[in-house]
Amino acid sequence: MTLFGYRVPMMASLLVWCLIWEIIGRAHLVFLLPPLSEVLAAAVHLVQTASWQNATITTLRAFVMGMALSILFGVPLGILMGRVKIADDLLGMWVNIFSSAPLSALVPVLMILFGFGERTIVAAVFLFAIWIIVLDTRAGVRHISPSLVEMARSYGASRRALYTKVILLAALPEILAGIRLGLIRGVKGVVIGQLLVAIVGYGALFETFSRNFRMAEFWALTIILFAFALLVAQLIEQAEAKVEYYAGAR
Amino acid sequence: MRATVLRNGPSPVSASADSIVEVRGVSKYYGSVEALRSIDLDFPRGKLTSLLGPSGCGKTTLLKIIAGLITADAGTIAIDGKYVSTPGPERAFVFQDFALMPWATVLRNVAFGLELRGMDKTKRENIARHYIDEVGLAGFGDKYPHELSGGMRQRVGLARALSVDADVLLLDEPFSAVDEQNRRKFQEDLIRLRTNQNKTFIFVTHSIEEAVYISDRIVLLSPRPGRVSQVIEPQIDRSVDPERIHRDKHYLDTVEEIWQGLKQYVE
Ligand SMILES: Nc1ncnc2c1ncn2[C@@H]1O[C@H](COP(=O)(O)OP(=O)(O)OP(=O)(O)O)[C@@H](O)[C@H]1O
Ligand SMILES: [Mg+2]
Repeated sequence: MTLFGYRVPMMASLLVWCLIWEIIGRAHLVFLLPPLSEVLAAAVHLVQTASWQNATITTLRAFVMGMALSILFGVPLGILMGRVKIADDLLGMWVNIFSSAPLSALVPVLMILFGFGERTIVAAVFLFAIWIIVLDTRAGVRHISPSLVEMARSYGASRRALYTKVILLAALPEILAGIRLGLIRGVKGVVIGQLLVAIVGYGALFETFSRNFRMAEFWALTIILFAFALLVAQLIEQAEAKVEYYAGAR
Repeated sequence: MRATVLRNGPSPVSASADSIVEVRGVSKYYGSVEALRSIDLDFPRGKLTSLLGPSGCGKTTLLKIIAGLITADAGTIAIDGKYVSTPGPERAFVFQDFALMPWATVLRNVAFGLELRGMDKTKRENIARHYIDEVGLAGFGDKYPHELSGGMRQRVGLARALSVDADVLLLDEPFSAVDEQNRRKFQEDLIRLRTNQNKTFIFVTHSIEEAVYISDRIVLLSPRPGRVSQVIEPQIDRSVDPERIHRDKHYLDTVEEIWQGLKQYVE
């Protein structure tokens, strides 16, 4: 970012925005925006309450379960589509539609299918996260040099060995990239799911805070969510960098 | 040391006394493209045979059919008298683009053929280390492929093929991605290996000089559809200094003779 011809580092620009937020909040310019300092204080208080801790456990549990399911189904499905033409022809169109469709519209359908509870949240995470994992895994498998597969075959690899020792590892960089994007989408899924269901985890908290105009806590919770999403993405990116290093010159 | 032209034209080859690989009536179509037309060939045991021919004449296709990686539309492949149609432990393939696993060390790559056969780790790594030394990569076992030059990577591919102790080594233009100096060195190593290892080599190349320099036998293929057009035995004395071979009259004459045969296809 540049300002009046000066390069402004990331942290500095973040500080500027924090300052603007603080000033707007103090001036009571925007009705629903308390000053940042108040929000941060609320965040510190919030993380000590039992209701936040319980909501976090519920949310994390749904998120982890949804992600685990989407990786468990997404990676094999992507590999299948990358390797078998019929599967690709049959499923390709649908996976593409789902990966770019506004999935929030489908969450109410999930509620009808899975009820007003945690299962719907898990399903929402799954629905949001799986498609990009499938697509990236497929792309990764397509990317594998045919001679690597021929090499495994010529040295007598069983089908199982071919997939576990060669194909899965050769496509790993793309699979991890898919999982990283999937995680970010999964965070979206858990938030939207909880907001719509509104009686589980953070959704219930958001509902309480906004209904009672407890805006400082409302924003504190939002910041916590953002930070969590960024942290998750960062961790995966680090793992990816390591894999990319070994993948080296492909 | 006169090169012997065994035959001209696509008449069937008489089975030689001791041939380890027998190709009979092999044909291959890719859709409507006829890549190979009824190939009959015998590969003598313990010799290095080159497949030489213009680009696209089906050299790779034939080699992969022998490897069992591609199925022929007609004809048979026999190894030691046994018909084969899939890869087997008596054959090992060296790939043009090396086909190394980038996530694995040189040691693991070289041992991979043995790993797939279920040999236990210490045993296979000892064997792999032996062949890493053999191809001149001693000390590089812990490196990753991207840390090596093209020539070194191909040595890894060669060591992997040697490790599984196959009788027949199939090499598809193994030096095409290797620079000229390394190529020379590699050719000399290959000649040495062939004498030491008592294995049968089938070697695809499109370099006439390379074929004449390293081969006991050269099979010339005609352009698509690939057929056997000539079999030549260069009979070059390789015990002398490599530099002298490259200046040897018979070597140069043989190169010229093959070039005359191939020239018609280029124009
Ligand atoms: N998978 C494939 N699908 C369709 N056509 C193919 C396929 N593989 C090879 N061909 C065609 O078959 C012919 C023989 O191919 P092949 O790769 O065996 O030739 P080559 O002699 O090895 O050529 P080069 O010297 O360029 O490596 C070529 O004309 C090629 O275009
Ligand atoms: Mg070829």
